[in-house]
Amino acid sequence: MTKDEAVFRMTDILAKFVAFTGKRLPDDVREKIAELAGQEEEPLAKAIYQTMLKNQELAQELNRPSCQDTGAIQFFLKCGANFPYMGELPSILRKSVIQATKDAPLRHNAVETFDEYNTGKNVALGIPSLFWDVLPERDDCEIYTYMAGGGCSLPGHAKVLMPGEGYEGVTRFVLDVMTSYGLNACPPLLVGVGIGTSVEVAALHSKKALMRPIGSHNPNPRAAKMEQLLEAGINKIGLGPQGLKGKNSVLGVHIENSARHPSVIGVAVNVGCWSHRRGHIVFDRDLNYTIDSHSEVDF
Amino acid sequence: MAKKILTTPIKAEDLEDIQVGDVIYLTGKLTTCRDVAHRRVIEEKRPLPVDIKDGAILHAGPIIRPLGEDKYEMVTVGPTTSMRMEKFEEAFIKETGVRLIIGKGGMGDGTMRGCRDYKAIHCVFPAGCAVVAATCVEEIIDAQWKDLGMPETLWTSQVKEFGPLIVSIDTHGRNIFEENKVLFNERKEEVYEEICKEVKFIK
Repeated sequence: MTKDEAVFRMTDILAKFVAFTGKRLPDDVREKIAELAGQEEEPLAKAIYQTMLKNQELAQELNRPSCQDTGAIQFFLKCGANFPYMGELPSILRKSVIQATKDAPLRHNAVETFDEYNTGKNVALGIPSLFWDVLPERDDCEIYTYMAGGGCSLPGHAKVLMPGEGYEGVTRFVLDVMTSYGLNACPPLLVGVGIGTSVEVAALHSKKALMRPIGSHNPNPRAAKMEQLLEAGINKIGLGPQGLKGKNSVLGVHIENSARHPSVIGVAVNVGCWSHRRGHIVFDRDLNYTIDSHSEVDF
Repeated sequence: MAKKILTTPIKAEDLEDIQVGDVIYLTGKLTTCRDVAHRRVIEEKRPLPVDIKDGAILHAGPIIRPLGEDKYEMVTVGPTTSMRMEKFEEAFIKETGVRLIIGKGGMGDGTMRGCRDYKAIHCVFPAGCAVVAATCVEEIIDAQWKDLGMPETLWTSQVKEFGPLIVSIDTHGRNIFEENKVLFNERKEEVYEEICKEVKFIK
């Protein structure tokens, strides 16, 4: 395979995968929604879940994006330092988004700031967004794809707390976002919480937390405990589907963390809506790929 | 119970018996209308190029497939966050005479006043269910302000039994999301106290 052929192949696979993730939710999200739907007893909550399930079936049947807001596309990369196409990746990812926009079709969601016009292609300054982790000694490339919709991006908050506010302050911060912005952001939500020093560190953690499979836990036992406490607590608030009351509020709560400066606790919240369009694809150095977010991939 | 279907043009008296929490459907004309269109009408004082008096708007930005010769297909069309339009909605209802506002999530006191004083309602279409919504669209009959791009163009569609629409603000001054918020905030305080006992990690 020449380099040109390789670039073409990777672009084509990613374009098809991005388009596909707009039409079918990942396995873990589908399973969790089915589980939560089964727990509802109120007619309104049940009717909403039924409409949600019908929508996912129709999206498959008619081969259309399941939600009209196919987001601004974001890629979270774990790229091996020896992956042969690392240098080509920014261009590959950009071209794959242009192709997916036409083929899916995706909604045009890239508005140039200050000049304030929609480019009509889903590529613009900094869109798609690329977040890099370069892994030494590896020659493969893991890519998380994410459709960052307006509704689920809107509740995003970050703040630097004083240590005196403690993890109690973190709890307050997360809960306040849930009952203010959260209920309009298409619950049941996947809640990502980031903890570190400054806002950008916390914010990136909070978004990466949304890339984790539902049901996974932070390796630190205290952080894992806090995930469970927040999940149970937010569920008790009972936002229900669409914020119209129900037995639960969330698909899960994921915390990602790093150390902090002794004077501060940076905290951020990001949420994924129930239509959490996350994909995970891994390319080896020969561009053989595996997809573990979705079974039954047919593109 | 029979399906409650509103048909455009909607009269004020059609809305009298409708209460928050009811589930209704819409047949007739429906125009997508969101952020910049609201801003143009209220702040820029530009007349809306679509007559929506006694009509219905949808806070939404659809995915459209052009079919050529000014014809378009509605691929998917779900609601967007209504709260973004809260700043403008009371004045918008007064200015345009719209009767039915469909969106996602709740709206605030301004919209509640607008709905009460000028006789309109706000409804939630289950968000993220954009294909269900698109299958209720018979055809796109008009497109205005296309300079705003695909999501923000005013797309007017002929719809049939568009729904389910859950009434969140009625003409009687009730707002289901604001009522729920009181309950959610009460529960939140209890939850906060419980969690705080368990997270005293800084000692």
